[in-house]
Amino acid sequence: METILPLLCGTMVSASIYLMLSGNLIRFIFGLVMATNAVNLLIFIAGRISISHPPLIPEHLPVSEMPMANALPQALILTAIVIGFALLTFVFILFYRAYQALGTVDTESMRFAEPVEKEDVSDTKAMEGNGV
Amino acid sequence: MNWILVLPIILPFAFAAATLQFRKDFRLQQNLSILGALLHFGACIFLLFKVYHNGIMTTQIGNWPAPFGITIAADHLSVIMVAVTGILNLAVTVYSKAEINPSLLKAGYHPLMHILIGGVCGAFLTGDLFNLYVWFEVMLMASFGLLVLGQKKQQFDGGVKYVMINLFSTLLFIAGLGLLYGLTGTLNMADLHLKVQGVTDKGLLTAIAAIFMAAFGIKSGIFPLFFWLPASYHTPPVAISAIFAGLLTKVGVYAMIRMFSLVFTFDIAYTHGLLLIAAVLTMITGVLGAAAFNEFRRILSFHIISQVGYMVMGLALFTPLALKGSVFYILHHMIVKANLFLISGVSRKAGGSFELSKLGGFYRSKGFLAILFFIPAFSLAGFPPLSGFWAKMILIRAALEIQSYTVAATAAAVGLLTLYSMTKIWGEAFWKPKPEIIDAEIDDKGQPASFWMFLPIIALAILTITIGLFPEPFLKMAGQAAHELLNPDIYVKAVLGEL
Repeated sequence: METILPLLCGTMVSASIYLMLSGNLIRFIFGLVMATNAVNLLIFIAGRISISHPPLIPEHLPVSEMPMANALPQALILTAIVIGFALLTFVFILFYRAYQALGTVDTESMRFAEPVEKEDVSDTKAMEGNGV
Repeated sequence: MNWILVLPIILPFAFAAATLQFRKDFRLQQNLSILGALLHFGACIFLLFKVYHNGIMTTQIGNWPAPFGITIAADHLSVIMVAVTGILNLAVTVYSKAEINPSLLKAGYHPLMHILIGGVCGAFLTGDLFNLYVWFEVMLMASFGLLVLGQKKQQFDGGVKYVMINLFSTLLFIAGLGLLYGLTGTLNMADLHLKVQGVTDKGLLTAIAAIFMAAFGIKSGIFPLFFWLPASYHTPPVAISAIFAGLLTKVGVYAMIRMFSLVFTFDIAYTHGLLLIAAVLTMITGVLGAAAFNEFRRILSFHIISQVGYMVMGLALFTPLALKGSVFYILHHMIVKANLFLISGVSRKAGGSFELSKLGGFYRSKGFLAILFFIPAFSLAGFPPLSGFWAKMILIRAALEIQSYTVAATAAAVGLLTLYSMTKIWGEAFWKPKPEIIDAEIDDKGQPASFWMFLPIIALAILTITIGLFPEPFLKMAGQAAHELLNPDIYVKAVLGEL
């Protein structure tokens, strides 16, 4: 398990980065979901995987006699999942509204905040002309 | 529980809830918001004085002892940041009384703003790494909402990019956090400082440090991770971009200073060397970007980047004087930068546009505005006797003291180029005769700038002059902060108690 899970985690991260960099908002969302899960998995692995007892201490003892599982990584993951969900819903709505307003999901053609300046266009045309 | 410490965090949330109740009653909502900002301001300044006199204050939430529960810790760096947050919050809330229109109020401008401030203060005051992550998320959520308030095309465009890269950066952050926990078994920052020393495999720690550097680097906008910033900061309404410019990147810088002075100090030559290179390149690219543009707020956005370079430079040099300069720079920069954004809003009201080519003649028609612009703009460029002069001088002197002549020369040259782009705004918007433009090109005619817009600008300008003319108390505070940063034992002892 301890070798398979990190490999799986690495695969997920690389796939998610590929998706996020492919310049399409829909793919970005899938990449983001995958990256979030990969990171959750990472915390899970970093918190050590062991077969041990649940962290419950018997009432009459001050500390448990048996080794206990560490509950903290799972608490961290739970928090991360909850926050991740909230952010994901926001991202869905934002991207949908952006698609409605801008009419595209292609990130290359999203130049409304930073419009291509006129000189730039003529420059690139001149350069293309020189190249040909 | 020490209530003073948590007041700067819970007050904004209380007022977020309260303003949400009165979403339909605009007048009441605005006044309530200003009251909230005033109380928050008072709490922040009170905390500043408390810590200034008594040293580091800590409190354990729910009385769980330090390495197990969540610690709230206020050292000098934290309270300086919190105090400036209080000042900016008050200034921007007053400003938004004039700028934010009913449709934005209805969409929840004030609740979101309060949540943002609460998140920022939480990030400054927490002593727990996972808690810092949560505050980052709180802050991000509110900033996402604020960025697209108004729903213009550019806002969606800028918002999409901002959201994408910031989500990625938080993922990096939590990945680094998980790995660090796996290595040390703790998330309390003071405890991390101790546990990190016992880790035998320093190579792994350096890798984790690099993840953190990338995560906070994106947040603070250092080279080469800054591209989201100039793509988005000029799109929302002025009050929102002013608070973003003043606060958000500085939270990234703060987190970087905290982590790289408290936890990742085992291989300073490597980690801080890397930071120094990034800082120098950040300064240069930022200022060159500013020189290339002709839109008021886009110039200012690029200046944020170059100024972040100075702050990171102070951290990277890692001497007492450099850190002192860094803290003082943050203090000065947050006030000046927010003020410049606010002024861009007033000049838009007066001239109808953010494009410098469409502005002009303010020197003749709006002499008062010219003076108000002159103060923060030339403070930013580092003119004596304004606040930016001291900030730049300390940093350059710190670089010279350890014979980093290239760094010192870059810092000085970037200051000069900053002056160039400030004179560009000055020449275009203030000196040039007013251009004849047809009405259709004016994107927002609106009513003339009101008293509520000038009030915060004047207050912030007076503050800039005060810091410039009487830098002594501010420098002393920054020096205290640097002293604590370089001697983490003080912080650790305050959080964990006597060991």
